[in-house]
Amino acid sequence: MSQRQVLQVFEQYQKARTQFVQMVAELATRPQNIETLQNAGVMSLLRPLLLDVVPTIQQTAALALGRLANYNDDLAEAVVKGDILPQLVYSLAEQNRFYKKAAAFVLRAVGKHSPQLAQAIVDCGALDTLVICLEDFDPGVKEAAAWALGYIARHNAELSQAVVDAGAVPLLVLCIQEPEIALKRIAASALSDISKHSPELAQTVVDAGAIAHLAQMILNPDSKLKRQVLSVLSQIAKHSVDLAEMVVEAEIFPVVLTCLKDKDEYVKKNASTLIREIAKHTPELSQLIVNAGGVAAVIDCIGSCKGNIRLPGIMMLGYVAAHSENLAMAVIISKGVPQLSVCLSEEPEDHIKAAAAWALGQIGRHTPEHARAVAVTNTLPVLLSLYMSTESSEDLQVKSKKAIKSILQKCTYLPALEPFLYDAPPNILKHVVGQFSKVLPHDSKARRLFVTSGGLKKVQEIKAEPGSLLQEYINSINNCYPEEIVRYYSPGYSDTLLQRVDSYQPLTH
Amino acid sequence: MATLARLQARSKFVAQQYYFRNSVVDIFRKKEYDAAVKIQSWFRGCQVRAHIRNLHRVATIIQKWWRSYSGRQEYQLIVKFASCAMKMNLYNAMAVRIQRRWRGYRIRKYCFNYFYLKEYLKAVSETNDAIREALEEFAEMKEREEKKADLEREEKKRDYQARKTHYLLSTKQIPGIYNSPFRKDPDPWELRLQKAKPLTYQRSKVKQKRCISLSSWLACTSARSFPRSEILPPIDRKQCQGPFRDITEVLEQRYKPLEPTLWVAEPISELKVAREEFRRQEWMRDVNDNICSQLSVSHFGLLLLILNVNC
Repeated sequence: MSQRQVLQVFEQYQKARTQFVQMVAELATRPQNIETLQNAGVMSLLRPLLLDVVPTIQQTAALALGRLANYNDDLAEAVVKGDILPQLVYSLAEQNRFYKKAAAFVLRAVGKHSPQLAQAIVDCGALDTLVICLEDFDPGVKEAAAWALGYIARHNAELSQAVVDAGAVPLLVLCIQEPEIALKRIAASALSDISKHSPELAQTVVDAGAIAHLAQMILNPDSKLKRQVLSVLSQIAKHSVDLAEMVVEAEIFPVVLTCLKDKDEYVKKNASTLIREIAKHTPELSQLIVNAGGVAAVIDCIGSCKGNIRLPGIMMLGYVAAHSENLAMAVIISKGVPQLSVCLSEEPEDHIKAAAAWALGQIGRHTPEHARAVAVTNTLPVLLSLYMSTESSEDLQVKSKKAIKSILQKCTYLPALEPFLYDAPPNILKHVVGQFSKVLPHDSKARRLFVTSGGLKKVQEIKAEPGSLLQEYINSINNCYPEEIVRYYSPGYSDTLLQRVDSYQPLTH
Repeated sequence: MATLARLQARSKFVAQQYYFRNSVVDIFRKKEYDAAVKIQSWFRGCQVRAHIRNLHRVATIIQKWWRSYSGRQEYQLIVKFASCAMKMNLYNAMAVRIQRRWRGYRIRKYCFNYFYLKEYLKAVSETNDAIREALEEFAEMKEREEKKADLEREEKKRDYQARKTHYLLSTKQIPGIYNSPFRKDPDPWELRLQKAKPLTYQRSKVKQKRCISLSSWLACTSARSFPRSEILPPIDRKQCQGPFRDITEVLEQRYKPLEPTLWVAEPISELKVAREEFRRQEWMRDVNDNICSQLSVSHFGLLLLILNVNC
């Protein structure tokens, strides 16, 4: 046999392997093929190909494995069980950039499914090699490594701590400053996943000097990048007052408000999340946001979106109004209350309605002026109907009840209180009647209006146990009027009059 | 003895008379007795009644005096309490007046300034309006930019189309499809075709992007595969017809590197920039910014030179 024929056999084998691995990689892109591939035992076939002599076959095999592991967690577990990871990690350190990209892709695909799989990746020492990949020249390699680190850190605080201990954070901050947009996005997303778990991790990210760079990137025109940047800043700011103050010191206001006008919905959502996380800590931070005109921008943003995108904006208004009555008044004059009542009535989802009800309660609970501003927009009947309806979730009922109570305890705007006399349940009726008993003794026009609108009649019809608070209120209302009127309106008076007519004997001469 | 006989004869009469007179008196005795009792009882009754009347009169006088005395005492107590109450009310009212003023002053000065709050809320609403306007402008600007970019893209596409279909241009002999003789004016596409430069053969080759297929991505396994550099001048072009210069000469001249003269090599504000740089270094270096103390003999000449040139 000639040498050429011998070599031809080897060449055929190599061609066959190359073709197999490329076809598998291509088939793995379509989800419907993956079941078949799994049943055909593709894992055990791909494993030895990872150690192949030809680099192309190695890389394609790694790519195919990554795509398979990406699909569901059974396959990812099979990758882990098949002891493939140590081999990948070992060759990650040595091979060229295409292999690094493919191997990082496999690690990312395995690590994204569950904390146990991510822990398995950490246990085989992949973090150090991934961090080394972050220092590579090629931006694609950096991107793949950062993506893998982000997915690992996403699950819980221990894994994040492990990622931070491997020294990833300064390198990720360097990656953010790179010119490639995709790399910036992924690095920002990884930082967001790291800093979301605990204040210490967020502090680590801040200590690496991330905030200044992130603040500059808010102005970048790319919307996906803005999403991630705003997400990082909000994850950092949510943990404590100091971190929130540091984020604010990076001079994000009023630039962040322009993000509230962005076309992309998620940019708006993340921007309002960031503002909410800053506003919720202290009154001074909320004051800062109000002074920068943030409340108006958030209200406009709420008006222009629908659904879950609105939720952080609504909560932000609630937090701002909760701190003090001046801030609540600032929310009112920025025309927040009509917008919130629109949200309350037109949103289909219960949790958004609950948030709107809570926010309205926080606005209206401070002083009678605040309660009047809320009551004038006719939201109280809507809140009452939400509280009474059986379809509302428990959370919504609790929140709307609390909101109604806190507003009613300060409300002196009688036209809004009157409908409550007719259809409120007894526990709320008590507060309504109490408010009437406070206002009526001092205001004669209100007394007249109360009589003519039929309120006095309704109050007489209320049955209360003698000695209870409700009875005391009713008595104090009755004391505001002359006795004849009270008797006239008491129930059954027409019957007693008719009885008297029956029993009256006309004088006969 | 005669008397005795007379008495004895009379003794029966006397006895009868005696009995008769006693019995008659007996009859009247009861009557007279009853009458005497009646008179006496009536008189005694009058006596007692007079006595009691007297007693009543006296008791009334005593009680009257006593009651007036005790009434006066009560009245004095009432007056005392009423005057005390009046005085206390007055003090209370005055105290309320003072406290009201003081509390108002204290709240207004130290705790809560209503006018400041009003101003603050007005400022907040003004800031809100300004921000709303600014954001609207920003959104409008973005939209305008997007529209402009879209229009430009469209324009480029149309231009490329025109360049590709340049052969549809009408000639003197044959009117093109956009320049029908039955129309008053040619179609605007005709004008575009006239303005467009036809595509050359090479442009299509250059425009072909590197396709990123699986095999090619992995085929370049060398770690040093750099992106392709700029196109070099063509080597295998056919010789053009006519008295043209030698192609190598032409290319030499066309691709000659730039050798600017000294006048062009420096930017026009070089001197100014150098001066600024010098001044900045001086400012950094010097401890005292006062110019008079800085002047030394060596600096003086330079300063004069600069001043002269400035003038």
